[in-house]
Amino acid sequence: MAGKTLFDKLWDAHVVKHVEEGPDVLYIDRHLIHEVTSPQAFAGIEKRGVPLFRPKQTIATADHNVPTQDQHLPIKEVLSRTQVEALKTNCEKHGVELYGLGHANQGIVHVIGPELGITQPGMTIVCGDSHTSTHGAFGAIAFGIGTSEVEQVFATQCILQNKPKSMRIEVSGELKKGVTAKDIILYVISKISTSGGTGYFVEFAGSAIESLSMEGRMTVCNMSIELGARGGMIAPDQTTFDYIKGRDFAPKGEEWDEKLAYWKTLTTDADAEYDKVITFDASDIEPMITFGTNPAMGIKISGSVPLPNGDQSYRKSLDYMQVEAGASLKGKPVDYVFIGSCTNSRIEDLRAVAKIVKGRKKADNITAWIVPGSKHVEAQAKAEGIDKILEEAGFELRQPGCSACLAMNEDKVPEGKYCVSTSNRNFEGRQGPGARTMLASPETAAAVAIAGYVTDASEYLN
Amino acid sequence: MEKFTKIISPVVPLPLENVDTDQIIPARFLKSTSRDGFGENLFRDWRYKKDGSENADFVLNNVKEGEVLVAGKNFGCGSSREHAAWAITDYGFKVVVSSFFADIFKGNALNNGLLPVQVSEDFLQSILAQTKAHVAVDLEAQTITLQETGEQESFEISAYKKHCLLNGLDDIDFLLSNKEAIKEFEISSRIYSGTPTTLK
Ligand code: SF4
Repeated sequence: MAGKTLFDKLWDAHVVKHVEEGPDVLYIDRHLIHEVTSPQAFAGIEKRGVPLFRPKQTIATADHNVPTQDQHLPIKEVLSRTQVEALKTNCEKHGVELYGLGHANQGIVHVIGPELGITQPGMTIVCGDSHTSTHGAFGAIAFGIGTSEVEQVFATQCILQNKPKSMRIEVSGELKKGVTAKDIILYVISKISTSGGTGYFVEFAGSAIESLSMEGRMTVCNMSIELGARGGMIAPDQTTFDYIKGRDFAPKGEEWDEKLAYWKTLTTDADAEYDKVITFDASDIEPMITFGTNPAMGIKISGSVPLPNGDQSYRKSLDYMQVEAGASLKGKPVDYVFIGSCTNSRIEDLRAVAKIVKGRKKADNITAWIVPGSKHVEAQAKAEGIDKILEEAGFELRQPGCSACLAMNEDKVPEGKYCVSTSNRNFEGRQGPGARTMLASPETAAAVAIAGYVTDASEYLN
Repeated sequence: MEKFTKIISPVVPLPLENVDTDQIIPARFLKSTSRDGFGENLFRDWRYKKDGSENADFVLNNVKEGEVLVAGKNFGCGSSREHAAWAITDYGFKVVVSSFFADIFKGNALNNGLLPVQVSEDFLQSILAQTKAHVAVDLEAQTITLQETGEQESFEISAYKKHCLLNGLDDIDFLLSNKEAIKEFEISSRIYSGTPTTLK
């Protein structure tokens, strides 16, 4: 009998029961919730008159809607305030731990899970948010769910799921200097398309992936959903264990030893078979940027915008972005730089930006926002003096939240303006109605802020 | 949930690929704490101009009748927001036809009595080639028929989901009926052994 993939092992270990000709009843170890996709689910269980089954396995934070300035004041926008208040009331009523505004642990849900040690190898983790795939970086099965499924988890700590197929994406070889985790994933998506992963759960492997820090691995898994995949994961190794050790919710003492021994067994068997395997050579990857309105529309910054093949959606996209087929993006003036989101708002990202902008000034035509992923990231940045470096360079360091990643709060890119963003989606209007988003790494975004136009970071490194 | 059996309806064509959930319902309209009323903002930024007036070119402003939305491949990609499914059903659609659906959207649709019908690219093009197409969707038989030409295709749906839709049942009723098995699982086979781990 062939061996099993890591994904198979974990999935099978969480199946409570298989429904004949139907889905599996999958047990969920950790449930993360936020203000936007939970209120209807709380209302749902209340209407049914069932209690929250395992409140201690659920953790809440306010992130999508929150302002990134003056967080100590009441939220001005009424609808946002209502949602954030509803979360508070619901959490109190149902006994869920909430890291709301003002709490030292508050932040973007996918940043705080790992940072607090809530995310651990071998777990099943869900959240009403597609970028839950981020947590897969720890060797967990983590994926986004809809609100009806949030309600399922509330009621039974389980959800009904069909087991996805398995895909292995291997990136091997040595990365060129200046190529980041974000470039890897933008490159992979540009090759596979936004639907190439649909129906699959991806395991990322290969020497280039193993060489990444935990933060880099999170960036890669975060965007696995942009392949259409259910989620992405990376087998845990020493890098993973070192990252988790000592964090607030990490196992301690004897429990640590037990868990560690278990985590070390979490690998794909050498003779396991995947439904699909795709391999890439790390040395082919260069710094990337997107030119269109989905994350697969990415090119090397040194490359040019592909020519249309007569397809209406493609033309509509170029038209929206006002970019020319066949042209290079290099030198194109930019108006905004946004460094933030669950893809790239962790301390390493801020350090990378600081390294590039230190002693330099942003270009006059650029508005530069840096929104840390959490209160802890913000505090760490201040402790390291990163806040000063950024301020001197003319960047605005804001308070934690999703911010201009989806522009539900006031942080919107104005219509027609170009924004180089470290977030994960460049959909039409994602950063505000009519906003034009170009996705890139924090290093590239920082370089663009200094230059004032599209460029890569090469001349600012060293 | 309402029972779904069979419908015959004009189609509302949206011949675009990769229609993402940010287009179906932009994030700034996700601030409600209830499930109702999202239909008003369905395809908001395509449907209305900046000044709030209707965009005469957009299909929803021309074709007012029809419970079947027909769109290009990879429909519903992007965020997991169930609000996308709520907006489509609240607007009055009962079926979405595409040659390919994003996973999470498909699950969300099924959980809200909205039937995603995946057809071949050829069949999709046949529908879109008609100026005023009508389709018949029969869930029991798992078929979709283009009324104008008589072309028919069968579509897939899991036996479990089909049963749920035909009978108006939802997943939570089913899961709740399995609570004992879930409790046993927690004790016997949990990886994080013994009683459920608590956060602190
Ligand atoms: S930062 Fe963006 S992608 Fe991440 S959870 Fe928030 S809105 Fe979603």
